[in-house]
Amino acid sequence: MPTTALPEVEWAPPKTSDNGHGGFHHDGHRGFDRGDGRGGPRAIPPADKYRIGMWCALGAIVMLFVAFSSAYVYRQGLSFDWQPLQALPVLWFNTAVLLISSLTFELSRRSLRRDHTTPFRAWLSVTAVLGLVFLVGQYVAWRQLAAQGIYLGTNPHSSFFYVLTALHAVHLAGGILALGFVLRGAVRGRFTSARRSAVDVTATYWHFMDGLWIYLFVLLFQLG
Amino acid sequence: MGLAIALVLLLLCVASVFLFSGHYGWFPPLVSTFTDYDKQFTLTLIVVAVVFILAQLALGLFVWRYRDRGNNQAKHIEGNNTFEWVWTSLTFVIFIGLGILGQRMWADLHFTEPPADAMVVEVTAQQFQWNFRYSGPDGQFGHTDPKYVDESALNFIGLDPHDPAGKDDIMTMNRMVVPVNQPVKVILHSKDVTHSFFVPWFRIKQDAVPGMTITIHFTATKTGEYEIPCAELCGLGHYKMRGVLDVVTPQEFQDWLKKQATGQ
Amino acid sequence: MSEAIHEAHVHHPPKGFIRKYIFSLDHKVIGIQYYFLALFSVLVGITLSLLFRMHLAWPNASWDFMGKLFPTGMPGGLMTPEFYLSMVTMHGTLMVFFVLTTAPQGGFGNYILPIQIGAEDMAFPVLNMLSFWVTFVALVVMMMSLFAVGGAPLSGWTAYPPLSALGSISGPGEGLGQTLWVISLAIFCVGSMLGALNFITTTLNLRAKGMTLMRMPLTVWAWFTTSILGLLAFPVLLAGGILLLLDRVGGTSFFIPAGLVVNEQLVHHNGGSPLLWQHLFWFFGHPEVYIAILPGMGVTSQLLATFARKPVFGYKAMVSAILGIGFLGFFVWGHHMFVSGMSPFSAVAFSLLTLSIGVPSAIKTFNWLGTLWKGKIQFKTPMLFAIGFVSLFVTGGVSGIFLGQTGLDLYLHDTYFVLAHFHLIMGVAAIFGIFGATYYWFPKMFGRMMSETWGKVHFWLTFVGVYCIFFPMHIMGIAGHPRRYSDPSNFKYLAGMSTYHQFITIATFITAAAQFIFLINLFWSLWKGKKAEDNPWHATTLEWTIPSPPPHDNFGGKVPVVYRGAYEYSVPGAKQDFIMQNSPEEV
Repeated sequence: MPTTALPEVEWAPPKTSDNGHGGFHHDGHRGFDRGDGRGGPRAIPPADKYRIGMWCALGAIVMLFVAFSSAYVYRQGLSFDWQPLQALPVLWFNTAVLLISSLTFELSRRSLRRDHTTPFRAWLSVTAVLGLVFLVGQYVAWRQLAAQGIYLGTNPHSSFFYVLTALHAVHLAGGILALGFVLRGAVRGRFTSARRSAVDVTATYWHFMDGLWIYLFVLLFQLG
Repeated sequence: MGLAIALVLLLLCVASVFLFSGHYGWFPPLVSTFTDYDKQFTLTLIVVAVVFILAQLALGLFVWRYRDRGNNQAKHIEGNNTFEWVWTSLTFVIFIGLGILGQRMWADLHFTEPPADAMVVEVTAQQFQWNFRYSGPDGQFGHTDPKYVDESALNFIGLDPHDPAGKDDIMTMNRMVVPVNQPVKVILHSKDVTHSFFVPWFRIKQDAVPGMTITIHFTATKTGEYEIPCAELCGLGHYKMRGVLDVVTPQEFQDWLKKQATGQ
Repeated sequence: MSEAIHEAHVHHPPKGFIRKYIFSLDHKVIGIQYYFLALFSVLVGITLSLLFRMHLAWPNASWDFMGKLFPTGMPGGLMTPEFYLSMVTMHGTLMVFFVLTTAPQGGFGNYILPIQIGAEDMAFPVLNMLSFWVTFVALVVMMMSLFAVGGAPLSGWTAYPPLSALGSISGPGEGLGQTLWVISLAIFCVGSMLGALNFITTTLNLRAKGMTLMRMPLTVWAWFTTSILGLLAFPVLLAGGILLLLDRVGGTSFFIPAGLVVNEQLVHHNGGSPLLWQHLFWFFGHPEVYIAILPGMGVTSQLLATFARKPVFGYKAMVSAILGIGFLGFFVWGHHMFVSGMSPFSAVAFSLLTLSIGVPSAIKTFNWLGTLWKGKIQFKTPMLFAIGFVSLFVTGGVSGIFLGQTGLDLYLHDTYFVLAHFHLIMGVAAIFGIFGATYYWFPKMFGRMMSETWGKVHFWLTFVGVYCIFFPMHIMGIAGHPRRYSDPSNFKYLAGMSTYHQFITIATFITAAAQFIFLINLFWSLWKGKKAEDNPWHATTLEWTIPSPPPHDNFGGKVPVVYRGAYEYSVPGAKQDFIMQNSPEEV
């Protein structure tokens, strides 16, 4: 999974370097200036490799879910055996939980931008807990469906439901793992308003997972 | 070294002209109404041959002509926009032109309905044989269901024994008989995996996909026995999945139908 | 996370053997690891092709000694059809994924790209290591499938369901072997995506001062574009692989239609669609063709310029062509499916898009010829392979003009004509790119020169050999010989094909034997080759500004500054016939 990209992010800025490549970026010369006097300042600071990497990862994740979505639409359009499931109430609850978690993440980042360390850590922890609650909620949804006798192979809609929710859960678990690393760094006091690229990148991923879930929820239950 | 490369490329061009014009292995004779195929193939072959030979010979010539001779000097040329535009537009016109012309035969097969009087044959592929079915005198195919498949009773396609429309259906295995000059509509099915119905003499090929019904049509123009290889990997017996297409005179066809009907 | 030992400016490699050579974070070591992974796979792939070529030439001959080696696959020395198909399937899978995808990109891209843009390493070294080891695990699983109980997979490298989805019921090789095959590919997808992400970030973010986009060597452009293709195409194969795996083991029906009767058994599935797999597979599969060939195109441009002592003709046009091919490559997948039962209307659109992708390919060919024009060509071994690449690219490319036309594809689809086409263009041409790159960068990577004499012998045998193998296949396809037939003799109209098969098999054995010359040259030169200078080819790009082999941190802690484009050869008024990218020389 592209989520494995996350532990790569430098959670704790070392004393002498920003990426373990000591000094290499510190001369301030690297980047897009042309070296012949015609260039301007560099467009992308080096620390933002995490941002580029994250957007690449999101691009790959988008393609993965685009592929599943087109398979979904194609399969639904072709078959006579499509038996749509109803959205379980617990899924609405999970959706709310995940939405709130994005909000708490933003509250956490706002605190960090103002260097309010305690609320930063607190909201970050709340976010991680809400993420876990979401995963547990998804598991409950699976158990409820199984209790109704609806399994992976029961009908195409249930197949897609299990596959899409499982893949989303795997990706979200990656996000929680990343949050764990960020929290560890936060507890050790390694983030400040000036040094927060790991927090920002994780937030991008987190909000993306939130949006992805909304998309999947709509695709699975609100369309067709 | 440059000369050697040039000579090998020249040899390649000569050998390919020799191979492609000598017909040491070529299409089987065309015996259907899809005559556009061979015309389009020849046209494409001529265009491609010119492009191929020019490119290979230019490569050989440049490599030989501009070799390092010790005292010569490479010329610092970064490019030429006029050239770029010329060859871009030229190749675009040639390639797309051929592509558009190449749709004629496709349209004949896929965008033209078979005539209303076309004879209908149902083809059901399975590992590793071709099953053919004719509707018989009533002009209707009997209902089929996978649950009736019983190979020991030679009911390969699962014909419903209770459906009266199926009583007179004629079924054959690996042998398809059609009258000459008669448009034939083929309804393709597959029982298990994907197969491909290929009649080289007719220049047609169509996958038989399980779960799908695909129709194609053709008109044979010459009597004779033709082979139907399977052209999509279908398992270990793929290479021996062979059907025979027997193109006969209308009279012979009527006789054959009668014989099949009484044989049932 | 990164625990690489670092001091200010100069970095020393890790001390322990394992950290230095096995779980290394150094892009150079990882590049070499990828290269040897591909070398292993290509040896297995070639061996398999020798086995099935033997059978095709003499289908009824009995090879006693082979019977002892493969008691189940060749009982009594006679090859079974399922063994034949397994060989074909594994040959295709290993070559496409573990050779053509790994060596040009994971191997040379990893080693050379960071140096060519003036970086110390990839953007994410740990991720880079992870990409390699994930790919390695995929290879291990793939090799396990070769020896799986119930036979190696035999659904072809395209693994069309339902054949590949039904399990053992549809024949030998469809049990555990096919399951492992799917799992291996899914793992491979993950490794490739991680690699692609790393390449893109590295190219965008770690370029040295002055290394503007339009000063990047065309190799970098090719690796960069290839990474974008990989990043966007592999997830789609991953999705398809997950669905196929679930159809096999999870009781789902994504690709398996209802009411199948396989071997007289009714299969209980809902109404899935076999075509859905084909769409997912080829949406990945067509960009994959360019993933294999684009790096070879970049290498060819680099080599032609270096050894013709001329700038690449039309650098900007070349960059546009690479990007154009990459972009169009996502919209032509349907040309693999003209006879699949797909809508005939979309087939027309796919056909015209396919023919238009020939335009950037032609632009590349013209510009390569333009690069040679009025040059001063030095026939070093890498150059020979680059020239061979151009010839093979033309030959393999023009047959695409037949196959891209819906009408003509009706006959040629799935015949030997297709085999000729894709082997020449994405198989052999890409391999020539790898050979050219090997001979060219070997001195940089290992600090020693490979033997020129044996390199030339290797080139001539291989160049003539591959034409002898693949050119006659056009004719066999025109004669209507379908692919993946273990023995055409059941068909009367194919009676004339055995001469071709025998000729091709003999050519295959000679060409394969010629590869031993390469292998011996490679390993002999590793230890005994002549010491290489820093810049033995008098080339201009940044990798030639540093020692051979490069130090652990590439530039010894000094940051290179780039003053000019990548191909300044034979500039009038310059001191030498080349000016390196980091040279501030005013002309």
